[in-house]
Amino acid sequence: MDDGVLLSVRDLRKRYGPGCEFCCELTGPEHSTNICPRCGSVTAVNSVSFDLKEGEILGVVGESGSGKSTLVQCIYFDQDATHGEIRVSGHGNGDDILGLPRSTKRKLRSRLMGMVYQNPLRGLRMDITSGANVAEKLLEADVFHFARIRERAAALLARTEIPEAYIDRFPKSLSGGMQQRIQIAKALANNPPLILLDEVTSGLDVSVQARVLDLIRELQRELKISMIVVSHDMGVIRLLADRTLVMKDGCVVEQGLTDQVLEDPQHSYTQLLVHSAL
Amino acid sequence: MMRCEGLSKTFLMHTRGGTRIPAFNDVSFRLSGGEFLGINGPSGAGKSSLLKCLYRTYLPSRGAIWYTDAASQTRDLAAADEHAILRLRRHEIGYISQFFPVIPRVSALDTIADSMVARGFARETSLLRARELLDRLAIPRSLWGLSPSTFSGGEKQRINIIHAIIARPRLLLLDEPTASLDAVAARDVVSLIKELKGEGTAMIGIFHDRALLMSLSDQVVEMAPVRVGGVA
Repeated sequence: MDDGVLLSVRDLRKRYGPGCEFCCELTGPEHSTNICPRCGSVTAVNSVSFDLKEGEILGVVGESGSGKSTLVQCIYFDQDATHGEIRVSGHGNGDDILGLPRSTKRKLRSRLMGMVYQNPLRGLRMDITSGANVAEKLLEADVFHFARIRERAAALLARTEIPEAYIDRFPKSLSGGMQQRIQIAKALANNPPLILLDEVTSGLDVSVQARVLDLIRELQRELKISMIVVSHDMGVIRLLADRTLVMKDGCVVEQGLTDQVLEDPQHSYTQLLVHSAL
Repeated sequence: MMRCEGLSKTFLMHTRGGTRIPAFNDVSFRLSGGEFLGINGPSGAGKSSLLKCLYRTYLPSRGAIWYTDAASQTRDLAAADEHAILRLRRHEIGYISQFFPVIPRVSALDTIADSMVARGFARETSLLRARELLDRLAIPRSLWGLSPSTFSGGEKQRINIIHAIIARPRLLLLDEPTASLDAVAARDVVSLIKELKGEGTAMIGIFHDRALLMSLSDQVVEMAPVRVGGVA
């Protein structure tokens, strides 16, 4: 792996359905579909490759059905990729980790990655307290000392600006913005080098969105965490991402510096996207 | 420090059925540290587009931009990979844009200091220098803790300028840095620019005030709007 590269993704594919030899060629932006006309399989992610450097924020932008969420779910092992290789610096001797057994991948994921979902129901357990949600993540990483867990959970929740009074409250009684903050605290629990954020502010009120984004920016600058930020909102991408991938129908149609992609888009779809923004 | 060869930019608008809009054609120049290259020409001549190509906000269509960095490594910015460009932007190349991108909710002081912190300087040092420059360009102290989003055009422009120069870039790109400023503020900015120049910063600048441009420049590139095949 190259110098300073944290995550290397090569030829990642995710297909739903039986698949056939034509799936990859007959789907994609030129065909305006991600459904294979021959066998009906959905090519949700079609041959995506990129490198993520340490401390970098990569944006992934695209409309519904572009495959951007599926892409991060494959990286987070929530979904099993159909094909491809993922390498993480410092782990597995630079070998591909996608092929590892599930239990190994789960352990690796606990140590290396944090994930914040658009829907807090996916990222949080509603039946335990906010503090316990964060603590659970620490337990996953074999931190068993009770006092230390409590201390670290409290510190993380404070850092994500969740009032102390909410530590022992259940997420379902808290607002959307608060729930996202708990997710962020949980994602940070094990000091992972990589955090994945999937549409984390969609559906939030603008003032709440602003504060969550500010928090993400500050944390990233303070902790130098690498991030992959998925959003359909180009304002979010512009604020957070150094580089951006643009996806359509499962494929990456353009990638480059965020300001270049937004101000001098090369691909016709990116131009359409940029000119459609309010 | 920089050798630009045959640089050209044409926009291809897919959403308009493939219309080609030429921005500028065949620009070449050489620039050393401490030199000021002025870009002159009427509106629509492609001056800002040239600067944006140099900063890689626009992708040049043809030509090369050879840049020799602080470690004496030379690369073509037009073709360099994104990480290299990001590193250069963070450490060596500053850009004062014609419009003032503001990060909402971050105070003027922090916005400016962060630019230096990103380069590896300590926060205290950065804040000190930020305050120095804010005083120098007469930004009232009462505004330092506020986000520039509510500032006047002239104030925003001054914040923009300080943000770009605080970490003493090796190369500075200036797009109309005094456009929204009154004579006094403009004079303060010019004196800062001259100081930087004296410290060895290379500069490429667009000024609407031709006299000012000529007084600062060691060399000038004249640009004219590209004629599109006969039809107006």
